[in-house]
Amino acid sequence: MITQLAVELAYWQQSILRSVGVIAAVLLPAGTIVYLFLFKMMSFMQSRLGPNEAGPYGSMQLLAEVGKFLQKEDLIPDGADRRVFTWAPIVVVASTFVTYVVVPFGPDAWFAQIPTGIYFALAVSSLSVIGVLMAGWSSANKYSLMGGLRAAGQLIAYELPLVLAALGVVIQAGTMDMQGIVAAQRTGEIFGFGGIGNPFILTQFVGFMIFLIAMQAELTQPPFDMPVAESELVAGYMTEYSGFRFLLFFIGEYATAGAFSAIAATLFLGGWALPGLDLDNNLMNVLGPVVLLVKILLIMFLVMWFRVTYPRFREDQLQIFAWKYLIPLSLVNITATAVLKVVF
Amino acid sequence: MTAVTERQQLAYIANQAADMRVNVELETEGMTLNIGPQHPATHGTLRIIVKLDGEQVVAADPVPGYMHRGYEKLAEVRTYPQVTTLVNRIDWLGSFANEVPFILAAERLMEVEAPPRAQWIRTILFELSRIGNIALFLGDMAVQLGAVTPVFYAFRDREYVLNQIEAITGGRFHPNFDRIGGLKDDIPKGWVAETKGVLTKMRAFCDELDELLVGNEIFTARTRGVGVIPPEVGLSYGLSGANLRASGIDWDHRRDSPCGLVYDKLDWKVWTHPDGDSFARYWVRLQETREAILMLEQLLDGIPSGPIMAKVPRIIKVPAGEAYVATENPLGEMGYYVVSKGDLVPFRVKIRSASFNNISIVPWVLRGVYVPDVITILASLYFILGDIDR
Repeated sequence: MITQLAVELAYWQQSILRSVGVIAAVLLPAGTIVYLFLFKMMSFMQSRLGPNEAGPYGSMQLLAEVGKFLQKEDLIPDGADRRVFTWAPIVVVASTFVTYVVVPFGPDAWFAQIPTGIYFALAVSSLSVIGVLMAGWSSANKYSLMGGLRAAGQLIAYELPLVLAALGVVIQAGTMDMQGIVAAQRTGEIFGFGGIGNPFILTQFVGFMIFLIAMQAELTQPPFDMPVAESELVAGYMTEYSGFRFLLFFIGEYATAGAFSAIAATLFLGGWALPGLDLDNNLMNVLGPVVLLVKILLIMFLVMWFRVTYPRFREDQLQIFAWKYLIPLSLVNITATAVLKVVF
Repeated sequence: MTAVTERQQLAYIANQAADMRVNVELETEGMTLNIGPQHPATHGTLRIIVKLDGEQVVAADPVPGYMHRGYEKLAEVRTYPQVTTLVNRIDWLGSFANEVPFILAAERLMEVEAPPRAQWIRTILFELSRIGNIALFLGDMAVQLGAVTPVFYAFRDREYVLNQIEAITGGRFHPNFDRIGGLKDDIPKGWVAETKGVLTKMRAFCDELDELLVGNEIFTARTRGVGVIPPEVGLSYGLSGANLRASGIDWDHRRDSPCGLVYDKLDWKVWTHPDGDSFARYWVRLQETREAILMLEQLLDGIPSGPIMAKVPRIIKVPAGEAYVATENPLGEMGYYVVSKGDLVPFRVKIRSASFNNISIVPWVLRGVYVPDVITILASLYFILGDIDR
């Protein structure tokens, strides 16, 4: 986006602009998701009102929450490994920020264009496991330790179906470039009909479902919230965190939700592209982010809907579900995609 | 399906012992985990010391007593009518049901019988407290399994029941309404029709949970075959109530010894389940709630007319003697063993509350299960802290 401007900007100026952009891109969907789904939709589904005092319809509640967390005492347990303990939330949040870097928001609105974008995104998104393990290990709390180890086991198990589901899309699009995947969907045709392009949710429906389930597990949302299961592990790896560090974990959780939704929207729902408008239309640089946000919210709606409905899996059932059902199914999906790609 | 039966538990322990003998130098240290006294799953202050090997429980030891309030001793310095105020607070979710067995014991000693109308209204309030109590269990079990939504439905719909109890007794949680020889007041005007409306709502609530949880694959996978209690083990540990009926033992105080309450005049059945696992305990309680609604419909239609109090002296002195009366409370058998020396105050009151006996099986049933199942089993045994520590 920066390179297209009439004014030539120095590298440091570009860097500042990009940083501000990434922060906005990370926090905006996260805030929207928390307010819209966690505060309001969940409340209505649970027959309660949710926040309604701070601002119109409680829309300022987020600011109130942030203010609350900032006021809290920053506690570090005596037995904790201080350095690891303080760095853990930062690692988690950082991995989210880096994931957003490759998501395109418009024809020229992107932060970094990497030819292997999807590969990069899926690789760095799993970095948060390290932060979670750090938090669990350094807290000097048995609940935290169990939560951290469960999280590690779960995130690794569901990383595979996630990647394998994305692979189907990569085969069909013929590229790993996120921008290329968007273009492939916009210009694609279904049996010669190109009116709405070819959003891969239609041809890769199995892949989409697997991606959604694995995403739910990666985000440790119910029914896959074993690592933070509040009725048994209090709060899992976050048990000992308070104040700003807890806030970082909280932001990390929902920003990651936004990041994964953005990737899912790009892979399966056509990303920032709109059916009526051309790919290189300048208008898309403004409309694209909005379109993408709407698609992110659509996917998050599904995630949060599952979250408020289902009870959680047990650890062994969760692993069995990943290794015995999701991974074989995604392998079959890849094979079928590859065969059909050659045939047609 | 990973059903942990008794045989598997024993096999697991035997394996452990074998491993210990073979691999002395590789012996791993077990972890001791303190669940409670401050823990979300114990909804109160129950402490369970769990010895873990990985995520599997080797030994579990419940430590009750953090909320002991000494009601048995306190009852010795209170007159008989005052004791009901205390015992309200034992099982705080179904308070009225706590008063009834004590009053019945005192009545038996005084050889007084409440008039029929009082007995009917007692039974109505008894069943209403049962619905109010078990509705919360039905939602709470889901929360322990990670589904947050049903508990909100439970709190929402229990409110209607509490409103009805409040309308008649004046107290939402602690009615203190039962008197020796009858009841404090008659039911207000229009109450019967209103309560029928509430029953419709509660039936809808039961159906909703049936669809939301009982039919849910994850719920079934989490509860089926988890925490199996064979009938003879359940009996030997002194379980009662739905926990025992879920193990297939057809035993219910309401049917088998309906002293002072009018269950023998109603058309109803006792629900049992052959499995004895957590799912069975949930299912039995769900069916019992439905059965209670059916009972209440019959009760509301058949309230006889007449006085609400028998003839009792103003100052109640209970003649010397001893009596034990037990009723089928929401949590199980609750009984009071009252010894009187002919005074204003009881000489000794022994309270047999259901939860205390129900959690005595915890060390047995938790052996060899996974940590998540600890929570499932504790939730399905359904204890109330006030009922454990009197």
